[in-house]
Amino acid sequence: MAKTVEKADVLTDTAPRTAGHEVKVAARDVSVYYGDKQALIDVTIDIPARQVMAFIGPSGCGKSTFLRCINRMNDTIDICSVKGRIEVDGVNIYDPKIDPVLLRARVGMVFQKPNPFPKSIYDNIAYGPRIHGKAKAGSEMDAIVEKSLRRAGLWNEVKDRLKEPGIGLSGGQQQRLCIARAIAVNPEIILMDEPCSALDPIATAKVEELIDELRERYTIVIVTHSMQQAARVSQRAAFFHLGNLVEEGETERMFTNPSDQRTQDYITGRFG
Amino acid sequence: MSDTTEQTGGAKRNVWYDPDARLKKRHAADMRLRAYGIAAIIFALGMLATLIGTILITAAPAVTQTMVTFEVEVPEGSVDPDNPSGASYQTMLNASIARIFPDVDTPRERRELRQLFSNGGQYQLRDQILADPSVIGGTVSIAFPLSDIGDQLHKGVIDRNLPPDFRRVSDTQIGWYDVLVERGQISAPLNWGLIFNADSRFPELAGLKGALVGSFYALLICFLISFPVGIAAAVYLEEFAPKNRLTDLIEVNINNLAAVPSIVFGLLGLAVFLNFFGMPRSAPVVGGLVLSLMTLPTIIIATRAALKAVPPSIREAAIGVGASKMQTVGHHVLPLAMPGILTGTIIGLAQALGETAPLLLIGMNAFITAAPDSMFNPSTALPTQIYIWADSPERGFTSRTSAAIIVLLGFLITMNAIAIYMRKRFERKW
Repeated sequence: MAKTVEKADVLTDTAPRTAGHEVKVAARDVSVYYGDKQALIDVTIDIPARQVMAFIGPSGCGKSTFLRCINRMNDTIDICSVKGRIEVDGVNIYDPKIDPVLLRARVGMVFQKPNPFPKSIYDNIAYGPRIHGKAKAGSEMDAIVEKSLRRAGLWNEVKDRLKEPGIGLSGGQQQRLCIARAIAVNPEIILMDEPCSALDPIATAKVEELIDELRERYTIVIVTHSMQQAARVSQRAAFFHLGNLVEEGETERMFTNPSDQRTQDYITGRFG
Repeated sequence: MSDTTEQTGGAKRNVWYDPDARLKKRHAADMRLRAYGIAAIIFALGMLATLIGTILITAAPAVTQTMVTFEVEVPEGSVDPDNPSGASYQTMLNASIARIFPDVDTPRERRELRQLFSNGGQYQLRDQILADPSVIGGTVSIAFPLSDIGDQLHKGVIDRNLPPDFRRVSDTQIGWYDVLVERGQISAPLNWGLIFNADSRFPELAGLKGALVGSFYALLICFLISFPVGIAAAVYLEEFAPKNRLTDLIEVNINNLAAVPSIVFGLLGLAVFLNFFGMPRSAPVVGGLVLSLMTLPTIIIATRAALKAVPPSIREAAIGVGASKMQTVGHHVLPLAMPGILTGTIIGLAQALGETAPLLLIGMNAFITAAPDSMFNPSTALPTQIYIWADSPERGFTSRTSAAIIVLLGFLITMNAIAIYMRKRFERKW
């Protein structure tokens, strides 16, 4: 008896996390076209809440394209069209009634290259809450700025120079500033598009550490080129190739025992 | 050693230090190209120096204005302060002139004498008496310009050693002038009248005030119209408009508009603003409207370039935190593009300031002796004033034309310098 219980425990621990976590983002048959060119082919995937999901795959495989579908960032590209359904908490975000501006307040994004606004550190963080009317200027806003910077692990480094321009920070600090900026509007999901590819190893380690902390509160989807990074930070991984979602599952299993030959080839470095 | 030397025509050659013929030729070509470039720059600078030098030399005489000082008696009762136009100021002036030259008595000689002094003296006398009526019944000291011939004689532009038939001053006039010099009545202070007087038939009285005010109003109108409209058009085309055949067509046409000869805009202004809408002729408001038509494409093109130069990462960042399109543009893109936009605007306005042809067609080359009170009054502009003066036969206008050109160039250089300063000052690197 005891043995079965133990087995069940193991199962709950290693079985698909979706079992223990509610599904935050559900994509069904998502296809993306840039003009006539199809960049993403019928992707169906569930992204569980409060975990880190890594999208891996060779360049041009569609992983960034899919990531940008989740907060409708692709809307800004004229020739881009999206087919299929993406649900966040069961609501189709491509419903015409959905306002992408509100969606993006719930689904934050961190970009490949740190892109702080050319404003002060304080204003970088305060901008989002300000435009969404989430806080009044003054102590309320100060509290949000401090909380966001603390969560991004940047508070101690910048608390004495909040009025200085965000551009003056180092690359790694800038990227954490961008994460703090995304956190400030209190999103539920944070999308990260290769957030460490422009950073040095030490800054990368700090951001990865931060990602690990953030998953307590946020659902995180990260696109990365680095297998090691995917292995370090993510609980689940999805492998994209030529616009197809080839395989999706627990990171540990994916890296030790991939079920698809292409995944095997990619993670062992045979292509990509 | 076999690596670094090779056998050419019997002589040993070190390949590291002795270039072969082919390499020498390549170097020679480099040097030639550099020489051509330097020669071209020297040529261009030489032309510029010649141009500026000529203008400066020609303008030099206009820096000062020869004045003559007289003590004028103002008899009691000759001027009624309530009705100043009733008095004859010329008579008073003539009386004090006659006191110095008592021998002049024939009408012919008197006319000749009067030719030496500016016609404006009497008006200056009137203004001076009205400004201080207490001088009535006493004397007033008045310094007023010599006429053009006197002025030119003083500055040596008219050569007194030429035979009398070849100069515009007679020997008697030279004699009178010498008497005045001897009595210390002639002076040559800085020619502030050139800036503060309005236009006149008489070069010694002519100034640029009307043209400066006219140009100011025209540029103001031009700025007020082309700046907001240009930015709005550029922001819409660059940030909001869908990319399709229609917007392509608009873009091509804006670029074409920038290349349309300015006289065409003048004709348009004449046909539309003056003849169709019946706006006032020669008025700076119409000049400003026509100039804004010309400046619009420049500003639109500069604004679009400045908007394009804002990195997409900033737009993504703003959209990523949930800013709407309008907020993205208004809060981030436009402020970042503003230095570029302002630079383009200043350069566009500088172009407009120097534009002559369209203003000629709407009548801003009229002869107007008072500065405009408003933008609806007839007026000239700086370039058209230069055009008018260049056409005038009096010797004094030669130097004044060049002086006016310097004033115009001064404004243009200042505006361009501001544009360059702003570009450097606000240049941002990502």
